[in-house]
Amino acid sequence: MTHPEAVLAALDAVRDPELDEPVTSLGFVASCTVSADGVASVRLRLPTYFCAPNFAYLMVADAFDAVSAVEGVREADVVLVDHFASDTINAGVAARSGFVRSFEGEAVDELDGLRADFVRKAVLAGTDRVCRPLLAAGATTDELAALTLGQVPATPDRERLRSRRAELGLPSGDDAPLLVDATTGEAVGAEVLPMHLARTRLTRVSVEANSGVCRGLLRERYPAAVGRGQTQERP
Amino acid sequence: MYEKDGHRYFVVDSHMHHWDASPENWVAGQENYAKGWIECFHAYQGLGPPATHWSIEHFMKSSEDDLMKDVFEDGHVDMAIFQPTYLKEWYRTGFNTTEQNGVVAERHPGQFIVNTRWDPREGDAGLKELEENVARWGSKGVKLYTAEWREGSRGWTMKDPEAYRYLEKCQELGITNIHMHKGPTIWPLDKDAFDVADVDHAATDFPDLNFIVEHVGLPRIEDFCFLATQEPNVYAGLSVAIGGLMYARPKFFAKVMGELLFWVGEDKMTFGSDYSIWEPRWQVEGFVDWDYPDEEQFSDYPRVNVNSKKKILGLNAAKLYGLDVPAGCELEGEAGTPAAQDDAKLVEDGGARV
Repeated sequence: MTHPEAVLAALDAVRDPELDEPVTSLGFVASCTVSADGVASVRLRLPTYFCAPNFAYLMVADAFDAVSAVEGVREADVVLVDHFASDTINAGVAARSGFVRSFEGEAVDELDGLRADFVRKAVLAGTDRVCRPLLAAGATTDELAALTLGQVPATPDRERLRSRRAELGLPSGDDAPLLVDATTGEAVGAEVLPMHLARTRLTRVSVEANSGVCRGLLRERYPAAVGRGQTQERP
Repeated sequence: MYEKDGHRYFVVDSHMHHWDASPENWVAGQENYAKGWIECFHAYQGLGPPATHWSIEHFMKSSEDDLMKDVFEDGHVDMAIFQPTYLKEWYRTGFNTTEQNGVVAERHPGQFIVNTRWDPREGDAGLKELEENVARWGSKGVKLYTAEWREGSRGWTMKDPEAYRYLEKCQELGITNIHMHKGPTIWPLDKDAFDVADVDHAATDFPDLNFIVEHVGLPRIEDFCFLATQEPNVYAGLSVAIGGLMYARPKFFAKVMGELLFWVGEDKMTFGSDYSIWEPRWQVEGFVDWDYPDEEQFSDYPRVNVNSKKKILGLNAAKLYGLDVPAGCELEGEAGTPAAQDDAKLVEDGGARV
């Protein structure tokens, strides 16, 4: 029999596309059970009733796919609760309708472009996470401009940056420049590097402040809410 | 006025409300939205100090006496700017309308500025209503909420040609301050509903209007900052930034302030409590006492001093609304004049006090 822990592990790979963090550590997984006959039931919750429905849709759809792929899961029952568009999103994801058909008349495109825009922000924020310690240790911008990904310390932040770059099709091998334009993938020259680093820091501050507000609101809404990896919570 | 350590601060609360979200005011059939909306606001209040939290019943509808005590008597505010939010699809008489605010303001002369609003989907009738509101309440500013639902439409953008008609009407009527709020619009649902790019177009095309982006574009501070560096007539409204972060997430607050001071600058940031989500008292007192944590990661952000805080808490908004600053509250030291006269257009008369 499949253990809920295996389903939760699969959900660790599902990210809030806006915050670039796993739905599990954000505390968005309200419950996760697996029945004896292989039905995995996952309840997702969000910080507010009016959280943006496009990001919500992506999370529910991604969670549905991730849970369905777990060995031993015969059926995935993934449901968003307490949201103004819960019914539309849940029905659309369960029927695999796609976003445009789920929100008939209200959306023109699927959400690939939106998702890519936010992976690009994640690349910028991730660049700051890798570069800030180097700058604090005394690296000059000229030195940073000459570095490759393989030459910076092998930290989780570096691997996270590498994987986001790979998602966008940007250079992500060890020989790729550490600093690349998040749209074109071209190396960022030393002369424009100070401005580039100012932008990467700003993007990180924005995303992290947003994440902080979301965590705070989730805790106000569900007082017992904590993310996986902080304190375990299993309703 | 707030006085601390011998310094006097003229406090303009440039973004506040007095609403009725009680169940009696919910539109039949729309109760879930009306309830969901106010519960969401109430959760935001939870990000402030516990001693300032209210019960949901009190939060849904507070009295005029509460308003006057919280904002003026206890809250240190000298002038408060009502920013209406209609939401009539969910609240029968509106969440808080120009007229409801205006009636309160008339009972307390010299304490409130009554801003109005418009919605480009209301066409010619809306233009007429805007004219009437300006004539009746002397509004010099509007609050725009692009995420408002209306007759099946779930929002609008500043790029809409109809919105430009309204901006032209604002110029004609002497409205100079456009307070923008972004929210989770449903349409177009496949785009980032918080994106501030449409403000960029309008700010470029209407250089004589000031665009105050409330909540500093949260959750898109980075997009907002890029926009503000390019447009001299774009301001950062600090409502929610102070209320939502200063107590709950002090380090993020310091970083957000550092970024805003770097990209936007202290001459273009305005305080707003977002009452009655949060009371102004702890925000004003906390902000006057605020400085960066003593850590290396904050060392290269612009510094703040008494004059920075005087500008942000009131002098910048006083300029935008043409308010007289009481003696003793001006900038101190060599900087004897209010915040730099940049390209923003200022109101020339005494402002829109009721």
